[in-house]
Amino acid sequence: MTTTQSQTTEVVDMITVVIDGFEVTVPKGTLVIRAAEKLGIQIPRFCDHPLLDPVGACRQCLVDIEINGRAFPKPQASCTIPVEPGMIVKTQLTSDVAEKAQRGVMELLLVNHPLDCPVCDKGGECPLQNQAMTNGQAESRFEGKKRTFEKPINLSSQVLLDRERCVLCARCTRFSEQIASDPFITLNERGALQQVGIYEEKPFESYFSGNTVQICPVGALTGASYRFRARPFDLVSTPSACEHCASGCDMRTDVRRGKTLRRLAGDDPTINEEWNCDKGRWAFKYITAIDRLAQPMVRNSDGELEVASWPDAIAAAAAGLSGAKAAVLVGGRATYEDAYGYSKFARVALGTNDIDFRARATSDEERDFLAAHVVGSQTTYKDIDKADHVLLVGFEPEEESPIVFLRINKQVKKRGLKVTSIGTKLSIGVEKLGATFVKVAPGFEAAAIASQSLTAQSIILVGERASESAGALSAVASLVAQSGAKFAWIPRRAGERGALEAGAIGNLLPGGRPVTDAAARVDLASAWSVDSLPTNVGRSTKEIISAVNSGEVTALVVGGVDPLDLDNSNETLSALKKAFVVSLEIAPSAVTQSADVVLPVAAVTEKSGSFLNWTGSARAFDAAVADSLNRSDVRILSMIADALGKTISLGTVSATSREIASLGLWDGARSTFSPTLAPSAVQLSSDEALITSWRRLLDLGTLQKGEENLAGTARQTVAVISPKRATAIGVITGDKISISNSQGSVVLPVLVEDIHDDAVWAPRNSRGSELLAKLGNAHGGVVKVVKA
Amino acid sequence: MSKLTPVLSAHWDEKDSFTIDAYTRHGGYKASAKALAMDPDAVIQLVKDSGLRGRGGAGFPTGMKWGFIPQGDNKEHYLVVNADESEPGTCKDTPLMMANPHVLIEGCIIACHAIRAKHAFIYIRGEVTHVVRRLNQAIEDAYKAGHLGKGIDLVLHVGAGAYICGEETALLDSLEGFRGQPRLRPPFPAIAGLYARPTVVNNVESIASVPAIVANGAEWYQKYGTEKSKGMTLYSLSGHVNNPGQFEAPLGITLREILDLAGGVRTGHTLKFWTPGGSSTPLFTDAHLDIPLDYEGVAAAGSMLGTKALQIFDETTCVVRAVLRWTEFYKHESCGKCTPCREGTWWLVQILRDLENGSGSEEDLAKLLDLCDNIMGRSFCALGDGATSPITSSIKYFRDEYIAHVTGKGCPFDPVASTLFSSAGAR
Amino acid sequence: MFSDQDLAVMDSIIKRYPRSRSAIMPLLHYVQSKAGYVTNEGIELIAQLLTIETAEVSAVATFYTQYKRKPVGEYHVGVCTNTLCAVMGGDAIFAGLKEHLGIENDGVTADGKVSLEHIECNAACDFAPVVMANWEFYDNQTVQSSKDLVDSMRQGNPTPPTRGPKSLPTWKENSAVLAGINDGRANEGVQAGEPTLLGLKLAKEGK
Repeated sequence: MTTTQSQTTEVVDMITVVIDGFEVTVPKGTLVIRAAEKLGIQIPRFCDHPLLDPVGACRQCLVDIEINGRAFPKPQASCTIPVEPGMIVKTQLTSDVAEKAQRGVMELLLVNHPLDCPVCDKGGECPLQNQAMTNGQAESRFEGKKRTFEKPINLSSQVLLDRERCVLCARCTRFSEQIASDPFITLNERGALQQVGIYEEKPFESYFSGNTVQICPVGALTGASYRFRARPFDLVSTPSACEHCASGCDMRTDVRRGKTLRRLAGDDPTINEEWNCDKGRWAFKYITAIDRLAQPMVRNSDGELEVASWPDAIAAAAAGLSGAKAAVLVGGRATYEDAYGYSKFARVALGTNDIDFRARATSDEERDFLAAHVVGSQTTYKDIDKADHVLLVGFEPEEESPIVFLRINKQVKKRGLKVTSIGTKLSIGVEKLGATFVKVAPGFEAAAIASQSLTAQSIILVGERASESAGALSAVASLVAQSGAKFAWIPRRAGERGALEAGAIGNLLPGGRPVTDAAARVDLASAWSVDSLPTNVGRSTKEIISAVNSGEVTALVVGGVDPLDLDNSNETLSALKKAFVVSLEIAPSAVTQSADVVLPVAAVTEKSGSFLNWTGSARAFDAAVADSLNRSDVRILSMIADALGKTISLGTVSATSREIASLGLWDGARSTFSPTLAPSAVQLSSDEALITSWRRLLDLGTLQKGEENLAGTARQTVAVISPKRATAIGVITGDKISISNSQGSVVLPVLVEDIHDDAVWAPRNSRGSELLAKLGNAHGGVVKVVKA
Repeated sequence: MSKLTPVLSAHWDEKDSFTIDAYTRHGGYKASAKALAMDPDAVIQLVKDSGLRGRGGAGFPTGMKWGFIPQGDNKEHYLVVNADESEPGTCKDTPLMMANPHVLIEGCIIACHAIRAKHAFIYIRGEVTHVVRRLNQAIEDAYKAGHLGKGIDLVLHVGAGAYICGEETALLDSLEGFRGQPRLRPPFPAIAGLYARPTVVNNVESIASVPAIVANGAEWYQKYGTEKSKGMTLYSLSGHVNNPGQFEAPLGITLREILDLAGGVRTGHTLKFWTPGGSSTPLFTDAHLDIPLDYEGVAAAGSMLGTKALQIFDETTCVVRAVLRWTEFYKHESCGKCTPCREGTWWLVQILRDLENGSGSEEDLAKLLDLCDNIMGRSFCALGDGATSPITSSIKYFRDEYIAHVTGKGCPFDPVASTLFSSAGAR
Repeated sequence: MFSDQDLAVMDSIIKRYPRSRSAIMPLLHYVQSKAGYVTNEGIELIAQLLTIETAEVSAVATFYTQYKRKPVGEYHVGVCTNTLCAVMGGDAIFAGLKEHLGIENDGVTADGKVSLEHIECNAACDFAPVVMANWEFYDNQTVQSSKDLVDSMRQGNPTPPTRGPKSLPTWKENSAVLAGINDGRANEGVQAGEPTLLGLKLAKEGK
């Protein structure tokens, strides 16, 4: 299945208008305020935002307009009026009327605005402050009483509101309604008492709430974690890439004296537009909050980890790996360059294809599907924009790739895009998309996929959890073949797509070269200047673990893997104890406890690199914290390889990037894919159910540590069962149920909702609901569900 | 021959005037039967020919408004009657609906037929419970009698206290279940109104005028009124007059004529200032007694016919106090959406309070006028414009009185003197 | 608070409209008819019935002045203090009532019988000064007549409205009417007040 970009040339009508005496030609539909921007003419504004529907509320952007000689009797809001042929616009620069109107509105905006700029977080980067300087008057004529409010009020644990600063532009409420579909904040009261607020019993717990802080044109909305922390002119900003998921957001990281103080959404119209999710914005303290590994350590003869010098630690790692039957486990958070380092290290330094980036529940079906259909594919956000139908399979966009959610939602709102979700439980996000929900029992997705009818304009978005249902990916492949629909695989973690392209998996070499293709191996071996490369398909994560436990593998190089992310966590922990383990990590983990050599590495803000988002496109970034001594994984792997006498020559991230680029994509045949059959029905007794789950955006994820304000906005932890099951076990919403199997149990408050009668849902990794750690299974396993 | 021409009010003096029996007794629902037998376009043409103009204040030709509704577009069309009568001084639709709700219902039936709407709404303000009762009962009775429910449905929607909902797009947002704040135009309601469907929004009196026009013909209606302001209308006289009330007369009658009928200004007093059409229309004085009260005549004299709410104030009334109260009203009713109206009315009230209690200055007058200049035509809707009307017009005619408050450090008027019960004292 | 019968009524209110959200205003009136004011329970119920967010309901509830977020009296008295009524006696009436009842604007008497609010123009200017009680008309009021009115309320036998039903319904009863529930009292009271008929009378007299 190849993805071909069908380029349709859209014919756009162009209109020429005159603004302040200059002609400008813009597409039909362009607003006057933006046509002026094209000429470099800045009309002051507050409520206007290019990604929100025009509202014309603040009246700051008034200009004089005439069309074909007919003048409007009064100045018009340039943010609401599209250009028209024959239009002549006079802004504040050439019209006294417009200039006075703007000065008048600015004066009125300041009537009730406090003079607290010196203590306001927005001071120094405030559109009101700036435009009051450029378009206002120095002295206020207001001698009366200003409006005051109790301040600040918490809209959520993370977002605070100082109402007296608010200019009521409604950007925040419009964003929440129009973009996020979370109208939890609204304008309340009216007239001079109008104010932004929540319903008193329901906080502003939207996954996208931080965007309202960013687009607030005054200091009314602030994030608790940045409030009173810094002045904007003391910050050093670095463009960066978000490490939290595969959406691929452009970000800006603001650092003061080596410490990240905030992160903002960058503007990439092809990806995140100007938005991001709250995790991307606020979950950055883990880098400093957690107990970082500072120095290399080697386990001594007493079995204890001991601080070692870098040369000693590298030597110890090489010694342990030398001659061992070694395998590589690399987590899904590695940068593209680091993943490539692990990939090359496995093949060249360890002589094995036993490498897998999938630190999660996986299947061979998935591995083969990735090699046959995903690597090198080029479906993009634009394909969502053009789709006639979006089919979601094993994928909760709002929880697992929030910007994909926003993009689908945009098209749903704009043109009623049809969305269908095949899943086990109707989610909040899918409900917001107005999607058709096709309810299945956990593990039985395949049949529902096969019954969908799509067109060549449709797009299937498959999540990583599809691997947890046998036959699901096979059904997707055949639906694509049959309908000609586009499809994309959207993993949850930021590094997975890059790791796939880098060949950090048993059946692929870098650039999509199939391991089993001799020509591909020769191509790569010559590029790498090695005689040969291992020929067999390497083991998967699960197989590597079993092989350690059975003695077939004796050593592990582990980078950024949390054993509790795997569905066989107990087995993994015992394998780690058994093997010689070299751990590359930023902080102590369950791996550290069993590791023989521990090598600290750089966190994402401390290094350069790139992430490939789910579309396969790269976002490169430089170190935001410039003075870190920590090294990227690839640099350390290169040192170990040197010590092993099997050099991989990847001394720097930039050298690695150059090598990846020079290799290019494999243009030979793809590996073939043989479908997996869907399972047959399972017999359940009345107190048994099939467990199903996904990770919520905000949960116990390692990268969210240290940000309690953010954690406070997480969704409530509940277990979900169907009304039929609820009746059967005698519970109602709010009661507690126990979900258990032979490994353990969790007890959670229950929510009776629309879910398959055979299923019980709980969040995969939320407080009290750590399914993989407690049950060792999070999808499709049989569990016992009883009233607790 | 009387100058008055009761048509809408013709039978209000019958005790059961509000019942369907009384209405049919006087030929009610014959006009709708006649209209339903006509081609819808012919009904629109008839209303166009009659010259009927909107009675809610703006005076837009009603037939032309109906004609803007795109036909054959396979979309639902809606008729929405604006019964949110709240403009200070305006008190014509409320007694009309209380005394004869059926004429409005019949007008709705005819209008729906003309614009090919199957669904009509009457948006009535919520502070008039007994009128709500009467309308609700009348709608029920019209359904029972088969006038409604056979292709045309009518729903009474009750507001909840917001002057801004008299603005047609705010009314539509309110009717859709949102905060009643005005919408951007374009799109205009005729293209995308209620539920983004083509919608006609008409004032109660406009729609209630239609049955008589259909019954008697456009030519009959054309005989009344002036060249561009056809027909008869309800003038509401209130305030310092001997006999306040409703006067249905052809457009173009003068205040002097109405005052003559009403027994003049309160005995022993003289006219000081008045509003031709509610507080949002610039004030007039005794110099304007002979201005024809039609759309053109009032506009030519620098005000607006508005809702024909003739509020009369005699020489006992302090104009600063009167204007302050109106300004407080606009501040209270500003929806909050746009800066000039929201913040401007907040500020205007403070300056006017200072002026009224004698702590203002002469410079405040210049400031007031400049502020009004920054609000008028800069606000999102006409509410902000309306807020400036009493201020600018009162300063124009009564500047000295403002100055007197400054120099005398307080209000020179006795508020008791202007009360209705002044002769008996404020008990 | 809300019985199955209430829910059935609320459902019938929703069914009046082509789109359910339009029912939010009558539903808020209905909540007031049961609870006396807009309670959180009412907001949450409406949000649930209309499948919208509670914030969206409270945004609407706080926009309109007739929706109360705290209890009002059994008889809610509104004194028009817009210019014309104020000048003609509304200010004196309002001051007199505040003093007589011992409460301020938006206050409620301790017995819960009477609450007081100054209101804007209520479309009865030819009957000025106007007082409203539970949104029924009391025309041509004086300071004394309005004091007598609130006294009659506190004694449990309120003076009937000038133009309205034969006896004054309670706040809750009238809230139901505003929700569109027919209380069968439309035929009570006069068809019009004298000023309403003045023009007609003069026309008939040939003046």
